[in-house]
Amino acid sequence: MQFGLSEEQVLLQDNVARFLTDNVPLDAVRAYADGGDDATIWQGLSELGVAALLIPEEAGGIGLTPLDAAIVAECLGYNTAPAPYLGSAVMAPTALAASGGDHTELLGELAAGSKRIGIAFGEAIGRRNDAGVTVAGASLDGKALFAFDDAADAYLVASNDKALYLVDADAAGIKPLTTIDKSRRTVELTFDGSSATQISDDPEVFNTTLDIGRVMLAADTLGAAQNMIDKAVDYAKEREQFNRPIGSFQAVKHMCAEMAAGLEPCRAMVWFAAHALAELPDEARLTACHTKAHLAEVGKFVAKTATEVHGGMGFTDLLGLHYWFKRCGANRQWLGAPELVRDEAAALQGLA
Amino acid sequence: MDLSFGPEYEAFRAEVREFLNDHGDKAPRNAALKSDELISWQKRLIEHGYTARTIPEAYGGFGAEPDIIKSRIIAEEFADARVNSGMGGQGISMLVPTLLEVGTEAQKLEFIKPTIHGEMVWCQGYSEPGAGSDLASLKTRAELDGDEWVVNGQKIWTSTAHLADWIFCLVRTEPDAPKHKGISFLLFSMDTPGIEVRPLVDMTGVANFNETFFTDVRVPKQQIVGNRGDGWLVANAILGHERDSLGDPNVTLTRLNALTELMKTETVNGERMIDNPVYRDRLMQIQGRVMAMRFNELRILSSRINEGQDAKLARMVTKLQGTELRHDLEGLAIDIMGEVGLSYEDNPYTRGAGSWQSQYMFFLGLIIGGGTSQIQKNIISERGLDMPKEPKFEMGAL
Repeated sequence: MQFGLSEEQVLLQDNVARFLTDNVPLDAVRAYADGGDDATIWQGLSELGVAALLIPEEAGGIGLTPLDAAIVAECLGYNTAPAPYLGSAVMAPTALAASGGDHTELLGELAAGSKRIGIAFGEAIGRRNDAGVTVAGASLDGKALFAFDDAADAYLVASNDKALYLVDADAAGIKPLTTIDKSRRTVELTFDGSSATQISDDPEVFNTTLDIGRVMLAADTLGAAQNMIDKAVDYAKEREQFNRPIGSFQAVKHMCAEMAAGLEPCRAMVWFAAHALAELPDEARLTACHTKAHLAEVGKFVAKTATEVHGGMGFTDLLGLHYWFKRCGANRQWLGAPELVRDEAAALQGLA
Repeated sequence: MDLSFGPEYEAFRAEVREFLNDHGDKAPRNAALKSDELISWQKRLIEHGYTARTIPEAYGGFGAEPDIIKSRIIAEEFADARVNSGMGGQGISMLVPTLLEVGTEAQKLEFIKPTIHGEMVWCQGYSEPGAGSDLASLKTRAELDGDEWVVNGQKIWTSTAHLADWIFCLVRTEPDAPKHKGISFLLFSMDTPGIEVRPLVDMTGVANFNETFFTDVRVPKQQIVGNRGDGWLVANAILGHERDSLGDPNVTLTRLNALTELMKTETVNGERMIDNPVYRDRLMQIQGRVMAMRFNELRILSSRINEGQDAKLARMVTKLQGTELRHDLEGLAIDIMGEVGLSYEDNPYTRGAGSWQSQYMFFLGLIIGGGTSQIQKNIISERGLDMPKEPKFEMGAL
């Protein structure tokens, strides 16, 4: 019995973390937030194998597990790194593999990082405003909100009834949707008889893809929140008031302890949920739902508390702490807000 | 990541299940301390190695090699079957491990066997009215007079002192030494003249706690564990032990399942509580937290059997998180029942024999006891996050 990361996984974590520390410092996040692109970052990550992580070896990938993917997601969250990871490296490859179709060529392009697939799942989870995606033959109509990301070559679109389609970016109307999270970008997709390729009409393929997406967002929050705790603890040790470090005041150190106490069990939860996706099919969906929802709650608490530990500085743009605050906030709402996801968890157990 | 325990352990699990299947119905429920029923069940458990498992046979135990996984399987299966998994109490959970660590051979032979067999019941004399979180400031003193220690002072929160045969007690023997270095760890019979036990009724309505007063209590000199002045070290070795055992996620899971069942049967205006989205969401929030703590526990277990896996912080947070979670869980049960949730004692509308109410209050007691949540937060921040300590002020310096 061994519950935790293997030596290879620790190595993967170290490699990705080192790359991000060197190549995606806060200035790089700011540059992206100011309108730059993430092409260089994604190219570098692809050279590390990040884009190919989940893609089977026979399709040109590395064939690693969802737990490996969660490790990378945690690193990306830790650095609030702009990257099309969630769609291109995780959800699209998962959907393509689960569909049973032959997508070798496309998977090869994804593995190489030369093609990006965005995701538009919101309308199959919870439609807002007048959005919704309907199907007529081999084309789509309607509107998908908050599709991720803004530089995709094609989008994996979930229709209202959870069928999955691939739509070329050229075939859809694309309008940027600004959100509070400037470390990643979302768009509105408009379909008007847009030609689409069906990937699968089996809701299980949609569900499997959604499960892994949710676990990755939870892992991203794990990393982002961990970074916020690290920053808050460092700040509290350095910042002095009343002739002592503020971290020596119980009011402040207890805030830090509460954050750590909330987040540390989340690490095991993310590991388990990611492991379950591949190895424990009976538990996978329920743990994915709970992990998504629980990390959303703990992430929200840490984001607020860590900002407060920084006092007025936490509120400014000078430290850039708000990028992490907003990253946690976006992860909370994407692919199902916690209340909606918990309702799914209840339904899975026959309780709703 | 490998969550299987392997065939050897699965065979062991099957063995435990068979025992529970064959004998589980003989397990006592709510039996009094030292009742024949409890003692004979305890004996049966020890014979099968399901409690006192690693205590050497010479001291009345089962004598197995320590095996963390087997211990865990036993705990899981007993919790799952809701069968009494053996006696607890501070003698068994705290004194026995201490004696095994630092007791003399004579002390081990004299005390361990009757203690683990439930024939000798202990209470713990640590806290005092003026020494709670700052335990090392305790003032109960013991002075050597010939071959005897003479103990004077007062203890508080002495659980089961009114039922206990013996007490293990922290006393100040070196009044001139720094506060942590002047304490010794004594054992003495509660029948010794000069001991007065006054019950302290707690919020659940039970008088399990006591105030215990010592007036010229004479204790044979050799009834000291460890050396003179080493009592703080002796006591601390097992305080960690106590914290680890509070808020066990396996038990919490059992309670969560009971709560889910309760929500399926309780109704308001004819609607099952589980069908009410507000209450159901609260249940799901708790379920998510229970899950996180269960996986945290798996990680801790794994760190104990695999070299080089760090779970220090994961371990440090279990008492704080586990007890708060349990308190919230029991509180939700009361909330879903509304006014019915107030029912207590002889009220005919009481559910689960009043366990939701008593556990709700009991876990508030555990949030405070065994190192308060605030002390836990000091430990997590200072030892886990390496944050600076609160400056210490000497009396009169301000």
